[in-house]
Amino acid sequence: MNITLNGKPYAVRANASVTSLVSQITGRELASNGQPADGQRLGVAVARNSEVVHRSHWHGTALAEGDDIELVTAIQGG
Amino acid sequence: MTETTALPAGLGTDTDRLVIDGVALSSRLIMGTGGAPSLDGLGAALLASGTDLTTVAMRRYSPAEKGSLFQLLVDNNIRVLPNTAGCFTARDAVMTAELAREALETHWVKLEVIADEHTLLPDAVELVVAAEHLVNRGFKVFAYTNDDPVLALRLENLGATAVMPLGSPIGTGLGILNPHNIELIVSRASVPVVLDAGIGTASDAALAMELGCDAVLLATAVTRAQNPALMGAAFKHAVAAGRLAKAAGRIPRREHALASSAMEGRAEFL
Repeated sequence: MNITLNGKPYAVRANASVTSLVSQITGRELASNGQPADGQRLGVAVARNSEVVHRSHWHGTALAEGDDIELVTAIQGG
Repeated sequence: MTETTALPAGLGTDTDRLVIDGVALSSRLIMGTGGAPSLDGLGAALLASGTDLTTVAMRRYSPAEKGSLFQLLVDNNIRVLPNTAGCFTARDAVMTAELAREALETHWVKLEVIADEHTLLPDAVELVVAAEHLVNRGFKVFAYTNDDPVLALRLENLGATAVMPLGSPIGTGLGILNPHNIELIVSRASVPVVLDAGIGTASDAALAMELGCDAVLLATAVTRAQNPALMGAAFKHAVAAGRLAKAAGRIPRREHALASSAMEGRAEFL
C-alpha cells in the first residue's frame, strides 16, 4: 500500500497503524498510548490528510491507500 | 519622577521572575535556536545565557538528523516555546501550532506569520486572524508583531498572552529602530512585552529592558556570534543590567551641561 510521507512516496503494509509507521520511522518502540516504551519523550506529531492525529489515537488509526502523512518534530529555529 | 518605587526583592537577579501563564521564568532572556552550527555549541550558548525558555521550529522529521534539539532542551530543563516560523498564512500557522502542541506537549506558541521571505516582516492581517483562532483553541499565544502600538494592543485584546514587537527585521542585527514605538507599546500593554528580533549585540538588549520591555528574545546575535557562549553570557548580563536601570530611573536628558561638582568653595589662585 502506498502513502505519501513528508512529501515523498512511501510503502507500508495494508492497514498499518499510525503507531507502526511512527515507530518504524523514528526507530522507537511505542506503547499503545503513543508514548515511547523507554519512558522518554518522543517529540513528534502526525497530521493525516491535513488533520492532526492525536497521539492517543495513533494506535487505532489505520492508514489508507493514498494517505498524505506529515511527521514533524522540533528543529533549530526562531 | 518624584516618587520612588519599592524594588522587588532580588531585582535583576534570578529571583526577579517574569510570570507568564502562571509560570515563573528564572530569566528574562528568551533564546531562539536558529543559526547554530552544532547542537553542542548551541547547548553551551543556551546554558551560558541562563535562559529558561527557548524557541524551536517545527519541520518534517528526518531520520538522518543527528541528535535531538528537543531532548537537549528537556535534559537542560529549558522550557520549549514552539514557533510557527515559515508560515505565510493564518491557516498554516494554526496547523503548525496544533502539531507543535501535540509533539511538544505545550500549549504555548510563538505565533509568527510572515509576509514575505525578503523582509520576514509580520503580515498584520494574517497574524490577527491566526491569533484569534489559536486563542479560541486554548493556546497561549506569544504574538510576534510589528513595532506598531495599535496592532500590539489589538493582539492583546484578542487574548494574546504576550506581545513581541520587533526591534528590526529578523536576523538583521540593526537593533531597535523605533524606540519610541516600543515605549508606547510598553506603556499601554497589560500583558508582558517581549522585544523580539533585530538584536545585534548586548547593548541592544539592555536598551530594550530600559525601554520597559519585560523580556528580550533573540537567536542570531548569539548563535552566529564568533563566540556564541561568550555572547550568551553577555546577553544574560545585559538583560539584567537593563532591567535594573529601568527600575532605578534614568536622569532626564538635558540640553546643556550640569556640573556634578559644586562651584562654591573653590580655591583661588592669584
